[in-house]
Amino acid sequence: MKQSKAVEIGVGLFVAAGMAALFMLAMKVSNLSTGNIGESYTIIAAFDNIGGLKVRSPVTVSGVRVGRVDSISYDFETFEAVVGLRIGTAYDKFPEDTTASIFTAGLLGEQYVALDPGGSDDNLEPGDRIQLTQSALVLEQMIGQFLYNTAASEGE
Amino acid sequence: MVQVRNLVFARGERMIFDGIDLDIARGSVTAIMGPSGTGKTTLLKLIGGQLCPQSGSITVDGENVPGLGISALYKLRQRMGMMFQSGALLTDMSVFDNIAFPIREHTDLPETLVRDLVLMKLQAVGLRGASNLMPNELSGGMARRVAMARAIALDPMMVMYDEPFTGQDPISKGIVVKLIHELNAALGLTSIVVSHDVQETAAIADYVYLLSGGKVVDQGAPDSLWESASEWSQQFLNGEPDGPVPFHYPAPAFRDDLIGGGRRA
Amino acid sequence: MILDPLQRLGRSGISFFGRLGRGNVFLLQTLAGLPALLLRPGLIVRQIYSVGVLTLLIILVSGLFVGMVLGLQGYNTLADFGAEESLGVAVALALVRELGPVVTGLLFAGRAGSALTAEIGLMKATEQLSGMEMMAVDPMKRVIAPRFLAGFLSMPLLAAIFSAVGVYGGFFVGVGLLGVDEGAYWSQMQANVDLQDDIYNGVIKSIVFGFAVAWIAVFEGYDAVPTSEGVSRATTRTVVHSALVVLGLDFVLTALMFGD
Repeated sequence: MKQSKAVEIGVGLFVAAGMAALFMLAMKVSNLSTGNIGESYTIIAAFDNIGGLKVRSPVTVSGVRVGRVDSISYDFETFEAVVGLRIGTAYDKFPEDTTASIFTAGLLGEQYVALDPGGSDDNLEPGDRIQLTQSALVLEQMIGQFLYNTAASEGE
Repeated sequence: MVQVRNLVFARGERMIFDGIDLDIARGSVTAIMGPSGTGKTTLLKLIGGQLCPQSGSITVDGENVPGLGISALYKLRQRMGMMFQSGALLTDMSVFDNIAFPIREHTDLPETLVRDLVLMKLQAVGLRGASNLMPNELSGGMARRVAMARAIALDPMMVMYDEPFTGQDPISKGIVVKLIHELNAALGLTSIVVSHDVQETAAIADYVYLLSGGKVVDQGAPDSLWESASEWSQQFLNGEPDGPVPFHYPAPAFRDDLIGGGRRA
Repeated sequence: MILDPLQRLGRSGISFFGRLGRGNVFLLQTLAGLPALLLRPGLIVRQIYSVGVLTLLIILVSGLFVGMVLGLQGYNTLADFGAEESLGVAVALALVRELGPVVTGLLFAGRAGSALTAEIGLMKATEQLSGMEMMAVDPMKRVIAPRFLAGFLSMPLLAAIFSAVGVYGGFFVGVGLLGVDEGAYWSQMQANVDLQDDIYNGVIKSIVFGFAVAWIAVFEGYDAVPTSEGVSRATTRTVVHSALVVLGLDFVLTALMFGD
């Protein structure tokens, strides 16, 4: 019976270690602690091109993460991509003329929405639409433009 | 107790039993003998319901074994003990736990009672002192005796012994012979002993069946068998090297084979 | 004569499908044996010990080294792009998505799977399974099901431990030896490893691998030819088939999970 006690303790420790590892992966490695923004409200922004933006991509202001992309859809009225941004209620004082831009984190990083507050006195309310947006830069377009410009300048 | 009627069993192409009849009387020790490879062990497995015959019936205590469902078969097996040739002890538990195994699996007896029962069975085979050993610490003869104690752990109505004497030194053989005989009498068992050890088996059997080539070739009480047996049985019982069972495996004439040189047909 | 290779192909095909069929019937029988096990947790605990706890050491050591190698390799590659800060992400994603479940699956097959096969095969060879049947104890319930369940339960835990240890191994090399910023290591990781996409999918992978390896191991043991040669062949088959199945399944699962 002594042996089976040791077995039980060993198994207990093993299961506890496994659970702890899972917990550590969830809390320390993943975005569970940062991705959870608590109470939030949603505002909308329309872009010509969202590039590689995905649902759950971060929303930042001055580099501070304030929310994440909640939904992405396409509007056939305006022919624009409509992105829903879920922002934590702690950050509810964005002026009406805030600009939303889609940037890429580093050369190879993922894309995110950066908000740039304007100077208006009125704030964005939940459900409001951001008027000023800047689309994602698409590499092919940039290269195409560059080649076109080069060709144009050489042709002169 | 056990009735076998017109049993036919084949493994693939090979015919093992070709219509045999056996009767095993309640309370007796019945021996089933025959040369190696005649399917003696197979017969025990058929009686225990581990194999299914192609045709024929096997009746144990009034129940037709091949026709039983799983749960009925398991019920019946609780009343059968079997001692395997190798002992088949569970190697990851001690002697004590091995014998307690069937008791714990099939009953809800309190642990103190299980202990008493196990010690009783071990006492019967004279190994109470070895209860804490692991199976790999036992000699072959001791393992056989532990297996015997386990076979009778649930107080079965019938015990089947598969080659109980094979590979044992004379003392162990003597012990096993004595135990089979005594247990059968003391516990009111019916015993089936499968063996090819003529002397030991003859000493304890009430009735003997001789099997060969898928048939029962001779049967009777040991004494009368010695008198009446056929030429084949005489060869088997007396262990003569040549006779109806030839010394040579079938082959072309020796001379032809030598002259034929390297050319094999 | 020309028929010979064809015949052999046909025969091995038939035996392959025969084994596959037997394996599936066997799995159903094993699963049918599981409910009865709930009444006897002691049996499972005993098997988790021999399957899980005894595999723990090799998992810890391998996880640590794999993490350290990832840290080293990742650093050298990322430094070319000036992106050393992303080391945490690289290490964590590689471990959580792929290496954790896959390497754990392979090690698990080598350490625990082969042991299961050998143990069950030897029990068969020494007539212990047959003996149990004659004692009216169903070996499927008493021997096979607890081992299968223990393997199935242990594998995700082992994979999680592997990944967690690996992340610290990468941390040790990247931050401790190569001077990546500690804060960047963790924060980049947290910003880019997704609980749903990465961690959950990794855990699902390890559960699937655990199921597959445990199934193969107990089946090969139960189906082994009951001789010493047969058991050794079965053990080899367990390791080879498990490795192939783990890698093959990994591709399928990856395509399903991340291939959108």
